[in-house]
Amino acid sequence: MPKREGRGVELVGSEAPSELLRELVAHLRQNRTQLREEWVVRITEARLLTAMTKEEIFAEATSVYDSYVEALETETFEALQAYARNLSERIIPRGVETHEVVGIVLLLRDVLARSLFAKYQTDFKKLNRILDAYEPAANRIANTVAVGFVQERERVIRQQQEAIRELSTPVLQVRERLLILPIIGVIDPQRARQLTEQLLRGIRTNRAKVVVIDITGVAAMDVTVANHLVQTVEASRLLGATVIVTGLSPEIAQTLVTIGVDLGKMNTVGDLQGGIEQAERLLGYKVVTLAEPR
Amino acid sequence: MEVPILKQGEVLIATFQAALSDADLNQLRSGLVRQVVKFRSRAVIVDVTAMDVMDSFASRTLREIAHMIRLRGAETVIVGIQPEVAFAMVQLGLTLEGVATALDLEEGLAYLTQKFKNIN
Repeated sequence: MPKREGRGVELVGSEAPSELLRELVAHLRQNRTQLREEWVVRITEARLLTAMTKEEIFAEATSVYDSYVEALETETFEALQAYARNLSERIIPRGVETHEVVGIVLLLRDVLARSLFAKYQTDFKKLNRILDAYEPAANRIANTVAVGFVQERERVIRQQQEAIRELSTPVLQVRERLLILPIIGVIDPQRARQLTEQLLRGIRTNRAKVVVIDITGVAAMDVTVANHLVQTVEASRLLGATVIVTGLSPEIAQTLVTIGVDLGKMNTVGDLQGGIEQAERLLGYKVVTLAEPR
Repeated sequence: MEVPILKQGEVLIATFQAALSDADLNQLRSGLVRQVVKFRSRAVIVDVTAMDVMDSFASRTLREIAHMIRLRGAETVIVGIQPEVAFAMVQLGLTLEGVATALDLEEGLAYLTQKFKNIN
């Protein structure tokens, strides 16, 4: 009696594993239409890919089925990986979730396995051997597609994070020689570093003499980031610019005092309005009302 | 390699080249002070635009130059520190404390003009 021990198996029949695989692939190709149809029904029943139309699901199902069978046949997975990434690029913007992609691949695996049960139901030994050839390949396929999808998602997330980081640290010129850097949200060391680099470049480009860094929109700051802020102030001075920090929350003020920041080095004002007014004074501007506002 | 020192009225301008050895820096320090004495200059501008890296020795030398020149009653302004260099310097804790800085030569001269006007 042949024992099934994971992948290692005693072949009692005369077929080699590759021959079995060929037989299996032939069966999957012959019954392509029917099996694909069955799969699409299962997908709909499981309420997966609801973001896509019936036509789209059919088209993608055809591609996936063919890629699946090809991977089984050639026992190579590069083409499948490339297809998985390509597919992910298309469907992620449509709002398709990871569990849906993993779900449909597993459903296909089930549909194909069931058809194998049906075909070899009279020959249990042969069924076992066929499954021995099918299962490792099918698992690898499911893995490849799922991982491909997740990798693409991660790439998109990284891209978006980068875009958000850039957008969220604008350096704005509000007067000649006066820059404002409004910071909103969470500052991590990476963002702090990017902020500093952007500011220093902005000082040089705009020939700024005063910079107002407003941190009203920053809820909390840890010691590392507080030090980054101090360094930003010092580096700006080396470029001949004075920095005024505005909008320190009580919590941040506490942090700065706790870490022993030399507040003599830092020019701080309560709010942004006050900061801009002081900056204007430093630059020699005076704001005068000309007439009654209408 | 000698650092060229130019005279512009009451201001001496020393322009650093890209790579200065420790010996060059020492030579500059003594040379500048001598010139300040010789021309009775009121200020020195050290232009480091061409420097793409600033180590602790260079930073210390600049501070020493500023202190020595102040003993002669003159002001020093360091100009032209590049953004990348400034960033690297503060991370190493080299802040050039007590030394005036400006964006470039033009700003440095404007700063001195303002300062002299105030004094006069």
